[in-house]
Amino acid sequence: MISFNKVCKRYPGGYEALKNVSFEIAEGEMVFLTGHSGAGKSTLLNLIAAIERPNSGSVVVKGQNVGSLKGGALPYLRRNLGLIFQDHKLLFDRSVFDNVMLPLQICGFDYRESDKRVRAALDKVGLLPREKANPIALSGGEQQRLCIARAIVSRPSILLADEPTGNLDTDYAADIMGIFKSFHQVGVTLLIASHDAGILRQFGARTLALKQGELQP
Amino acid sequence: MNNWLVQHVSGLLSTLRRLRATPVSSLLNILVIGIALSLPAGMYVLLQNIQSLAEQVAGAPQISVFMSMDASHDDISRIGRQLKQHEAVGQVEFVPRAQALEQFKRSTGLADVIGGLTQNPLPDAYIVFPNKTGAGALEDLRDELQKWPKLEHVQLDSAWARKLEALLKFGRQAVLILAVLLSFALVAVTFNTIRLQILTQRDEIEVSKLIGATNAFIRRPFLYFGLLQGLLGGVAAWLIIIAGLFLLNGSLTELAQLYASSFALHAPSAGDTLMLLGFSAFLGWLGAWLSVAQHLWQIEPG
Repeated sequence: MISFNKVCKRYPGGYEALKNVSFEIAEGEMVFLTGHSGAGKSTLLNLIAAIERPNSGSVVVKGQNVGSLKGGALPYLRRNLGLIFQDHKLLFDRSVFDNVMLPLQICGFDYRESDKRVRAALDKVGLLPREKANPIALSGGEQQRLCIARAIVSRPSILLADEPTGNLDTDYAADIMGIFKSFHQVGVTLLIASHDAGILRQFGARTLALKQGELQP
Repeated sequence: MNNWLVQHVSGLLSTLRRLRATPVSSLLNILVIGIALSLPAGMYVLLQNIQSLAEQVAGAPQISVFMSMDASHDDISRIGRQLKQHEAVGQVEFVPRAQALEQFKRSTGLADVIGGLTQNPLPDAYIVFPNKTGAGALEDLRDELQKWPKLEHVQLDSAWARKLEALLKFGRQAVLILAVLLSFALVAVTFNTIRLQILTQRDEIEVSKLIGATNAFIRRPFLYFGLLQGLLGGVAAWLIIIAGLFLLNGSLTELAQLYASSFALHAPSAGDTLMLLGFSAFLGWLGAWLSVAQHLWQIEPG
């Protein structure tokens, strides 16, 4: 589903975020990506979503070489991915419901069907009672869950989460990991980046450990 | 097809939301565009009106041929025959001097003065309606008639109409220059409005790109906004022109009455109105398109 082959990413100024990274993630697999902050976790996720491009090596997602994808093809790649951001990237000029609606609007989904899907996604993360609220009124954990609802509403086959439990206390974090587990059970491929080793250990899934841009064996 | 329609309708709806979200600045923008457009468009409407007035007054061009006072009856009828036979002449109308005096009395109200004259000072005259009405042809005919014996004076009655025509042409050119300049202003206004919108919607654009929005999807509401703002500006210009004509017509009626005429300014025709609206909508769209092309690529996630 996702494969990295000798991927290097250098930033202007010479800083090397990823050095010669190779791995593969099979369809339906749940994989954790660990490492200290600055180890290159976010860069790795950005390369999969073609937010950034590798300097060398190849990133292949669903059979497509993402690094050489033309600008016009990017939107269609990203529609297969559910992205959960560390900073949530919610829009505060619209309601919880409309935030989750956005991906469906972008795909040009039938609006009656969209309504049902948005409610289902909100129900899944337990935010249905708050659908009319403005995201600014939500707690950190709720905002994180809203971000998850937006990522899953278009039913992507791959979910990428960057520090989804970042600033949450353990109860909330366990909640969110529970939600991820349920996606895993229905066959979604998950790649979850986190520096919180404790919570990952409970799941016993495969772990990719990054250290200063290199994959640890 | 259905999907395509839904996308466009939702683009249009989000445009309307943006317009409504900033009512004052939207209104001011529309007003600026309306005023900028109403200047050349209003002048154009005035020129059209003057032209139709000129056509109405001037009618078909004609040449007045005045006989010498010493011309005999034979001379007069000979000239009449010659005129009728001339290939460039269509119709000839004879105005006897007595009839001319009578007309003059009636139309000028100088009956008393004229009544005091011991003899009729007006000559016999022919009014000639030429076949060809081109400017050159008329002048050639006049020059030729001028050389005939027993003719005192040959006058081209449409000369003033041609002067007016030249003046109108000049006016139309001035309007065109003004229209071009103000079109640039309109494009610039839209360009700037859209630039500000793009800046304030940076987050939305970035998130949309991250979750798979095509450039067309992101561009669409902005283009609709430009189009709509231009169109509404055109409507404002039309309303300004109509209001202006209404006010002018009020004082014009009085003026026309003094000249015993019933002249009124006409509103722009349906065709001209459509042209105005279409043109302003296009300019709005163009400004938005330029702005989007200039600014949107600067917003890339990452």
